[in-house]
Amino acid sequence: MKLQFKRSSWAGPYGIFLLLFVILPLVLVGAYALYDGDGHFTLANMAAFFTDPKFSDSFLLSLEIAIENTLICILLGYPAAYILANKELNRSAVTALLFILPMWINALMRTMATAEIFAVLGVRYGKGTLLFGMAYDYLPFMIYPIYNILSKMDRSYSEAAQDLGASPATVFRKVTLPLSLPGVMSGVMMVFMPTVSTFAISEILTNNKIQLFGSVINEQFNNLMWNQGAALSFMMLIIIGLTTVIFGGDEQVSEGGLV
Amino acid sequence: MKAKKAVAQAYLWLILLILYAPIIFIAVFSFTTAKSLGNWTGFTFELYRNLFTGASSDSAALMSALKTTLLIALTASVFSTALGTLAAIGIHNMRGRSKAAIQFVNNIPMLNPDIITGVSLFLLFVFLHFSQGYVTVILAHITFCTPYVVLSVLPKLSQMNPNIYEAALDLGATPSQALWKVLIPELRAGMLSGFILAFTMSLDDFAVTFFTRGAVGLETLSTYIYADSRKGGLTPELKPMMTIIFLAVLVVLLLVNLNNFRKEKKTNR
Repeated sequence: MKLQFKRSSWAGPYGIFLLLFVILPLVLVGAYALYDGDGHFTLANMAAFFTDPKFSDSFLLSLEIAIENTLICILLGYPAAYILANKELNRSAVTALLFILPMWINALMRTMATAEIFAVLGVRYGKGTLLFGMAYDYLPFMIYPIYNILSKMDRSYSEAAQDLGASPATVFRKVTLPLSLPGVMSGVMMVFMPTVSTFAISEILTNNKIQLFGSVINEQFNNLMWNQGAALSFMMLIIIGLTTVIFGGDEQVSEGGLV
Repeated sequence: MKAKKAVAQAYLWLILLILYAPIIFIAVFSFTTAKSLGNWTGFTFELYRNLFTGASSDSAALMSALKTTLLIALTASVFSTALGTLAAIGIHNMRGRSKAAIQFVNNIPMLNPDIITGVSLFLLFVFLHFSQGYVTVILAHITFCTPYVVLSVLPKLSQMNPNIYEAALDLGATPSQALWKVLIPELRAGMLSGFILAFTMSLDDFAVTFFTRGAVGLETLSTYIYADSRKGGLTPELKPMMTIIFLAVLVVLLLVNLNNFRKEKKTNR
């Protein structure tokens, strides 16, 4: 049902706001990427991404870390979400709440706490601490959407499969898992996107030993190399665009999630 | 079944233990003052006292960072809620291509990584020669918060009865009366959840603030912690602050969900 009155113009201010603060800035990223500091057109900034090993290596490393982190989160998070959503295995809503509670605490604060523990335990900073700390940071973001979709799932599907003689393993493989895939996709978006672009979290977790692509971009802007920084940001935009197309960005937004 | 349940519960609690170990660790060591980590030099509230009295320059800076964070989050989410609610009403009444276009652009800030939002807005402010500080940070926060408000209010609009606004007009209400007395009360729940989402998004932000704050010395909790971690030594008063924030979040979430728990108990029985 549509409202009868004409109120479409009320979106006007927001339309202008979006043009100014979303569209124009993105256009500027592309524009700065294609010019040098003196305002002459150049492809050198873009080319440097492929030719300068500092850029391409950190880019590939970021991609690798983000993929590994996403996989770790799925492997640890899926069983947890499954158990949480299963009334026979877990009855307490408080446990579910405890799992998503960290989502409300400032990410850098939680990262700092993890880094402190590493320091006390005497663990050497490096890729291990990075992967552990990132999984720690992002696990709730994987568990939440999967838990959400599993707990809303109509149980009659799996019961029907069981009645028709499917073993529990088959029920899971042919019914539960496929039905929960949209939740996994949302989780992938919520975990992969921030990890591929982070810089503060990785710097804190490795004591600056490992420079991810985000750190390299930040470094360009710190050193007033805006055009080079814009070109690298542009490359990251491409990766993000591809991920969105592959994993679908329509429903990844968590709805506040107060259970 | 029993064994299966025990294994499942053990798995859940093992993960919870790992998730909470750092927070518990910080909370425990917020009650001692040892400089070197993991050293226990006796129980004391000294760090808590320092935090609230601003005894050291660090703790005063930390408190002011907390205030800045809250101030920015509050301002940005109030503006976002107003802008986003209006936009949602407009979008709900749009059709065809323009509706699809504005909804598509509305999704961009949510999908963009923080660093891209931050960098692109930084370039915008540089391009417009807009000097950076509180205003630019708040504008940037409104940019990435408003889409969440729009998405929270839109479903409420499709749920509401379209005739009651018309009825108000027919009964002689002016459009602005109808907005304040009919539309907004109907949309209140969506606006509230949009506001809360916007507020938490703003609180959690680091990268966007980092790129749009300029050189006026503006510090939020996130940028303060980042600067601290680069210096090497963490401000000791961060420990009591984090403990308090954690407990506050826990209490708020438990209160909000209290009704759910009660309902669940009933259905379980």
